[in-house]
Amino acid sequence: MKVVISRTILFIIFVLALLAPESYLLAAGNLLIKNATILPVSGPPIPGGEVLIIDGIIKQIGKNLSAPAGARVIEASGKYLIPGIIDTHTHLALSGTNEGTDAITPEVRMADVINADDPAIFTALTGGVTMVHTMHGSANVIGGVNVVLKLKWGQPSEKLVVKEAFPTLKFALGENVKQSNRVLLPGRPQRYPATRMGANAIIRRELLRAKDYMTQWERYEKLKNSKNPPRNLLPPRKDLRLETLADLLRGKLYARTHAYVATEMVEFLRLAKEFGFKVAALEHAWEAYKITDELLAAGVGISVFIDSWAYKMEAAEGIAYNAAYCTRRGILVSINSDSSERVRRLFNEAGKAVKYGLTQDEALKMITINAARQLGVDHLVGSIEVGKQADLALFDQHPMSAYTRCEMTIIEGDVYFDRQQILKNREEAAARKGGN
Amino acid sequence: MFVRKIISSSRVQQLLIFLLIYGLNLQLISRPLPESFCSNQESQEEASDLMAIVNVRIIPVAGPEIPSGTILIEKERIKALGSNLEIPSGLRKIDGRGLTAYPGMIDSFSSLGLVEISGVSATVDNRETGRLNPQVKAIEALKYDSMHIPIARANGIVAAMVAPSGGLIAGQSTLVKLDGWTNREMVIRESLALVVELPGIRGGRRGFMGIGGQEPAVSTEKALSELKELFNKSRMYEKRREAAARNLLLPRPDFDETSHCLLPVVKGELPVIFAVHSDKDILQVIKFVQEEKIKAIFYQVEQGFKVAEEISRAGIPCIMGSLYGLPPVWEDGYDSLFLNPGLLNKAGVKIAFSSSSSSAAKDLPYHAAKAVAFGLDRLEALKAVTIYPAEIFGVDKLMGSLEPGKLANIVLADGDLLELGTRIEKVFIEGREVDLNNRYTELLERFKKREEEK
Repeated sequence: MKVVISRTILFIIFVLALLAPESYLLAAGNLLIKNATILPVSGPPIPGGEVLIIDGIIKQIGKNLSAPAGARVIEASGKYLIPGIIDTHTHLALSGTNEGTDAITPEVRMADVINADDPAIFTALTGGVTMVHTMHGSANVIGGVNVVLKLKWGQPSEKLVVKEAFPTLKFALGENVKQSNRVLLPGRPQRYPATRMGANAIIRRELLRAKDYMTQWERYEKLKNSKNPPRNLLPPRKDLRLETLADLLRGKLYARTHAYVATEMVEFLRLAKEFGFKVAALEHAWEAYKITDELLAAGVGISVFIDSWAYKMEAAEGIAYNAAYCTRRGILVSINSDSSERVRRLFNEAGKAVKYGLTQDEALKMITINAARQLGVDHLVGSIEVGKQADLALFDQHPMSAYTRCEMTIIEGDVYFDRQQILKNREEAAARKGGN
Repeated sequence: MFVRKIISSSRVQQLLIFLLIYGLNLQLISRPLPESFCSNQESQEEASDLMAIVNVRIIPVAGPEIPSGTILIEKERIKALGSNLEIPSGLRKIDGRGLTAYPGMIDSFSSLGLVEISGVSATVDNRETGRLNPQVKAIEALKYDSMHIPIARANGIVAAMVAPSGGLIAGQSTLVKLDGWTNREMVIRESLALVVELPGIRGGRRGFMGIGGQEPAVSTEKALSELKELFNKSRMYEKRREAAARNLLLPRPDFDETSHCLLPVVKGELPVIFAVHSDKDILQVIKFVQEEKIKAIFYQVEQGFKVAEEISRAGIPCIMGSLYGLPPVWEDGYDSLFLNPGLLNKAGVKIAFSSSSSSAAKDLPYHAAKAVAFGLDRLEALKAVTIYPAEIFGVDKLMGSLEPGKLANIVLADGDLLELGTRIEKVFIEGREVDLNNRYTELLERFKKREEEK
């Protein structure tokens, strides 16, 4: 009897397998990409190159590779294969961006509000983007804890989170936090801080409070672990706001601060030194070209626009040479979109840097390996190397050309965007419509 | 009397004599300067009205490419161009080896000179309050020394239509060259067109958190019937004013600003630029334009590709909005904005690209290149930033291509004009070489000094 049941089950599975579309029979994450011009970023271009991907990992790069049974083969002659684009500053795939009611809200976490259904994920994929740093907004001085996502469109939110990335805390300075562009309604009080002085002071105040909080806990732990702990020993009150800041001071979190003008960047770097916390990158950093010495001394990189400027006073000295000049000075630069629209043409934004002094290779690095380094995931992604995760993008022309178009976007060996497939679907839909 | 008194006073006489002698001396001293400080060749250049760009690859847009040739410029115009051009000796020669000459680009819709820093209202002059503003003219607020103009110029843009925005009737746009010491010196066409903004596909503009929003969007039907009424009112106003001029017994209507300012439109002298978006709205506006017998230009037309044949048949040119946007409707497909220019062009619609911006006006060529990536022919893309806008604006006899007799609006580039990495080496506007320094280069140079001082 038992044998009969298992045979029946096997038969059903076999029939189902036959009925299933071809793609389901292919093992996920197994691909062979053939005849592409590979721009590995970590080395020189490989014309007519092939990349073999097994279980989502790049297994081999070379020529005349053979695909194991069940692996999909992608013919890419005439096309350019690059590492998946990484956007170091976005707000996409979130169901909330700003907890702006208070100037200090480090207790909020973007990982709690991931919206895996945000169409911006698909939009980003159409531009070759595979990974984003999705952040709290800049409405307040200390925002929330950010999250890094892989854009696995269609998968549940927990599958998107990149746990290996640096945990980062959003800070913001300048016009947004002092609310200088906000219309004050009668009866609505002005929020503190309203100046750059206040913004700096409030960060110092909160970090001193966090230090104090840490001391309280240390005292408690010491007493608790002493030979004769007091009988009525009570722990200090848990404060999630200060707990997050304590993690920053313990080095478990990295700061990423929205900053525009030179002075606020210099002062933030001083605060970092004063309190001994780590800064992963400065966001926007429009006046970085004025303080390259200070950035080099602090070893802090920048995540910037290429030329989106003059939309507010503090962006009025944002020059398109910023990214190129800072790169030349040895600063780690990435180009970000900060937009659910610009994200799909981040490669065009990087390409503009060529006009302002970078080579095409250097420009491409700003949206791949440099971005990966700033997010702490350069050991996993950001270049096409054996052993790295197969996050890739295929372009019909050199990705730094204005005439290029993204053809395919791959995450861990799975195709998440395929332009040819979309065109085919459209044709079929049109034919169905025509047939009616 | 008073003047004579002053001159007759001996002190003033002495001063006048002193000034006369000193002035003559200065002239005597200054005269030899050019010879002693400058080379012989350059002094000859000044004497000549001619200038030649030699050994340059020429993309005239109007005709076939010249792999290596000469452009001869006389004063503000192109005198001749070709591969075997005989040029007189002694004129200023610019070596164009390794460079390509293109006609200067025209930005077909911008806010250059009207919006300096978009977030600082004190520097924003493109959006008048209220819904009906046919009386406002972009030229009258144009900041000729805007920091964005030299940046656009350094990317090869030599002229721009500058347009107001907002409301139903936004105001009158202007066509300017990107060179001049005053706003008036920049004028090509003082009033180019009346800008009318019809509701967007997603509905009207909403304010942020209930602040700064416009009134709820009216439908396009309603907006067009409102326009029809205004146009009729203007026609009637003119008729009654004329009748009253002939017959003193007839009542003369009081001055009405809107009717007065709409007169050139209803007479068919001033074109209307319709910012129109959906396929249905486009069809409605085509009908409206035909009924009203007005000259029309379409702007934005995000769903134009769905009714390309109809637009083509109506012969209405289309200015593309910024391609830095998302499709207005998800169902149009992720690439609809990028496909739109190519599909319109294929259907025979005359298209032109625009930056629709001031701070990003320099990106004009990249919008055109984006459309090429999605099917638009390369030469057509180039035409859509040069000769097509010139034709749409009725200035194609003056600019838009490199041809003898046209204004010498020439860009010398080190590569493809629409390519991201291309650098613009020289720009000539009406035969004059313009300064390519701008806020980007000036700030860079200023702060580079810190590094150099070490």
